[in-house]
Amino acid sequence: MTVLEFDGVTKAYSVRGAGQIKALDDVSFTLESGQIIGLVGQSGSGKSTIAKILTQLETPTSGEVRLDGVPIPRRGKELRAYRQKLRMVFQDPFASLNPYHTIRYHLERPLRLDDIVPRDQVDDEVHRLLERVRLDAKAVIDRRPHELSGGQRQRVAIARALASRPSLLVADEPVSMLDVSIRMSVLGLLSDLQHEHGLGVLYITHDLATARHFSDEIMVLNQGRVVESGTADDVILRPQNPYTQELRAASPDPDKFFASSGILGGAQ
Amino acid sequence: MTAIDSSLQTQEPDAISAGTTATTAVKGRGRVPWRFLGNRALFYLFTLWAAITINFFVPRLMKGDAVDQYLARNRNVSPEAADALRALLGLDTDKSLLQQYFDYWNLLLHGDLGVSLLHGLRPVTEVISQALPWTVGLVGFATLVAFTIGTVGGAIVGWRRGSRLDALIPITTFLSTIPYFWLGLLAIALFSVNLGWFPIGKAYGVGVTPEWSFEFIGEVIHHGFLPATTIIIASLGGWMLGMRNMMLTVLDEDYVMVAQAKGMPNDRVLWRYAARNAVLPQIQSFALSLGFIVGGTIVMEMVFSYPGVGKLLLDATNAKDYALMQGVFLVITLSVLLANLLADVAYAFLDPRTRQTEA
Amino acid sequence: MNDSLLSINDFSVEYDVDPPVEAVKHVTLELRRGEILGLAGESGCGKTTLAYGVQRLLKAPAVITSGSVMFHDASGEDIDINALEVEEMRRFRWDKISMVFQGAMNALNPVATIGSQLEDVFEVHRPSMSGAQRREAVTELLEIVKVGAQRYRSYPHELSGGMRQRVMIAMALALRPQLMVMDEPTTALDVLVQREILRQISQLRHEFGFSVIFITHDLPLLLEISDRIAIMRHGEIVELDTAERIWNHPQDDYTKTLLSSFPRLTAETRLTAQRGVVAR
Repeated sequence: MTVLEFDGVTKAYSVRGAGQIKALDDVSFTLESGQIIGLVGQSGSGKSTIAKILTQLETPTSGEVRLDGVPIPRRGKELRAYRQKLRMVFQDPFASLNPYHTIRYHLERPLRLDDIVPRDQVDDEVHRLLERVRLDAKAVIDRRPHELSGGQRQRVAIARALASRPSLLVADEPVSMLDVSIRMSVLGLLSDLQHEHGLGVLYITHDLATARHFSDEIMVLNQGRVVESGTADDVILRPQNPYTQELRAASPDPDKFFASSGILGGAQ
Repeated sequence: MTAIDSSLQTQEPDAISAGTTATTAVKGRGRVPWRFLGNRALFYLFTLWAAITINFFVPRLMKGDAVDQYLARNRNVSPEAADALRALLGLDTDKSLLQQYFDYWNLLLHGDLGVSLLHGLRPVTEVISQALPWTVGLVGFATLVAFTIGTVGGAIVGWRRGSRLDALIPITTFLSTIPYFWLGLLAIALFSVNLGWFPIGKAYGVGVTPEWSFEFIGEVIHHGFLPATTIIIASLGGWMLGMRNMMLTVLDEDYVMVAQAKGMPNDRVLWRYAARNAVLPQIQSFALSLGFIVGGTIVMEMVFSYPGVGKLLLDATNAKDYALMQGVFLVITLSVLLANLLADVAYAFLDPRTRQTEA
Repeated sequence: MNDSLLSINDFSVEYDVDPPVEAVKHVTLELRRGEILGLAGESGCGKTTLAYGVQRLLKAPAVITSGSVMFHDASGEDIDINALEVEEMRRFRWDKISMVFQGAMNALNPVATIGSQLEDVFEVHRPSMSGAQRREAVTELLEIVKVGAQRYRSYPHELSGGMRQRVMIAMALALRPQLMVMDEPTTALDVLVQREILRQISQLRHEFGFSVIFITHDLPLLLEISDRIAIMRHGEIVELDTAERIWNHPQDDYTKTLLSSFPRLTAETRLTAQRGVVAR
């Protein structure tokens, strides 16, 4: 069981002429393996800052981030170990894959770098990974990213993240650049991985609908602060905070729309 | 039950419309990015100081003999000039290094770069300032013309991608690969010797004295035509290629398609939308190339016996006229830095996004 | 006045590559005056090609292989868009049909102020306007879309994504066109900003009476704002009906699968993770 803790994390930037701007303000939460937490926020809410802190592109101004009780290491073997346990999947499947390399290369690399399996088993492991993300290995393994569809690319990105056998996955808007109709299948994959392998997932997104269906718990982020948190259904169906209520009202919801306007549904 | 943060208020309805990405936009009309330019100017001043200091150390690193011989040859030098030379060339070793450094700066700030052995002991500043206008005038003019024709041409060729105009690119780049001296000599052979249209060399006729008269200006143009034209032909290709390539990149941008969808006439899209964006890197290259004009094109000046800085430097090197050499190096350094600053200024004015470094 | 604004008949577009791709196949569609028509479908279904194609905005290797597009002008005149000369087409653009593009990130000229980009529409299409009149018209537009006249001399990079999109809408509205084609206008925007923009589009439509072709793959969004929706797949329209009927009584199987692949925001029963339409 792996546990990620954000403990009173604040990230402040000084801006000339505007004093201090807090991208994150006293954010605390816990993510355990086997659990999916949805982090919902619009732009400027601080959600990308959280992702940056996890990838160590930023460090908190105050507060601490701990993995299994230990603060995130900065260098050396501990850093390697940290990176193995916590992996990220990014928003743009095209940008996160190197256009010059084949899928095989993308998947072999983490296996070789972290010595996950002995050399002679690398090829088998690559095939196994592709199978886990429900891609036809034969069809994609020797292709390059631009030859695959967006959904396929994102599955490859997930497979790559899974290569190091992490216990936690941070997915930053993993499906927002994909067609709406295939979002569920990719999210479904992550959900299955959670069930099958006890993976913990931090699902960062601005989309309430997918957050609701996919997460066990939801946290709503507004201007760097967590304004509401609870089970997915509670937060979405019975929001208490005005901001959450506003978000919910603004999200497209055909069920409510057609129910309220009756048969004469119009474009309002 | 959900946990809520009741201290946080709802967003004001107009928060969305108030959002911007930069803090200066709302302030309004400050179009000149003073802070940005100020920073750059400071940086260049620092670089200048560093360059001059290096210039100070260079002769002091040279073997003693060369410089001693130099001074030994200076029999008719006045005492002040001799002192200046010693300070400039690092011979005043009886003084402390720091004192030497201050003397050096003193000289420079008084515009005293020593005397030129090669040129009858005339002050170096005088010698250089005689040659400088020729170089800057001719090469500067030629570079400007090459840049303009090349950039405009490149924009058009890029716009009409796939047409016969594309042939201009290999043609002009071919011309720029021809060894310049060969091009120059060929021009002389053809136009001066065979056809007799232009003089063989020099900036003006032998025996003519420089003065501000139409005749003289006519002389200068007549003499300068071949050197200028050959420079233009040789450098055109680079500008055209660069601009065309940038055009191709820019033409793929969304805003060009939007401009066309708006029903903008072709020439407007070409010049105000596409070329205006594609020219930005070109301007930077141009400004940088300005700095190297002062180095002159030695080859051109040799072929055409043009009395510019390049020839000056060449002669000085051959004659081991250290004071003159050092003076020329200094001038070149200064002009490159100035050109760099100009490039930054031009870019800041042309690309509004640079000004964001203010925020 | 004819109730129909745009008559698209047997319209086909092919991409002349190897092997050739039929992007739009024999599409027939009547767009009514003042209606919001949603064009929905997944990537590659041809919705963008269709919308660009009817305005002759496609570039090589796209080729219009069949069909006609008839624009029924408010003046009573019928204009065959494909038959227009290049210069006539240029004048037709933006005046009768305008577009709001996706990703306003890069849709505005980065080195020109937004005021000047709005002005040049008037400069080119309404040459009789004086400079002062143009400036007034631009100021009015900026106020209508709630960007504010003080942004007149701002540059695109100084505005947020939502504001840039609204500038695009102002630009499209400039000549009071009869049809606005919107290609994923809110895709890159936050939910709150998106709602605000949609509200504005709706309100402008009521005020100025133009029709809208709204292209997106976000079907839930389309269901809320469209009068009618055309579901496209592989270059064909598989279903065309009012939004309400598509939601409550979808006829085509593809429509049904498409509808079922969207997570419901507030339906009481939480659906467990579903497989999408195609295992891609």
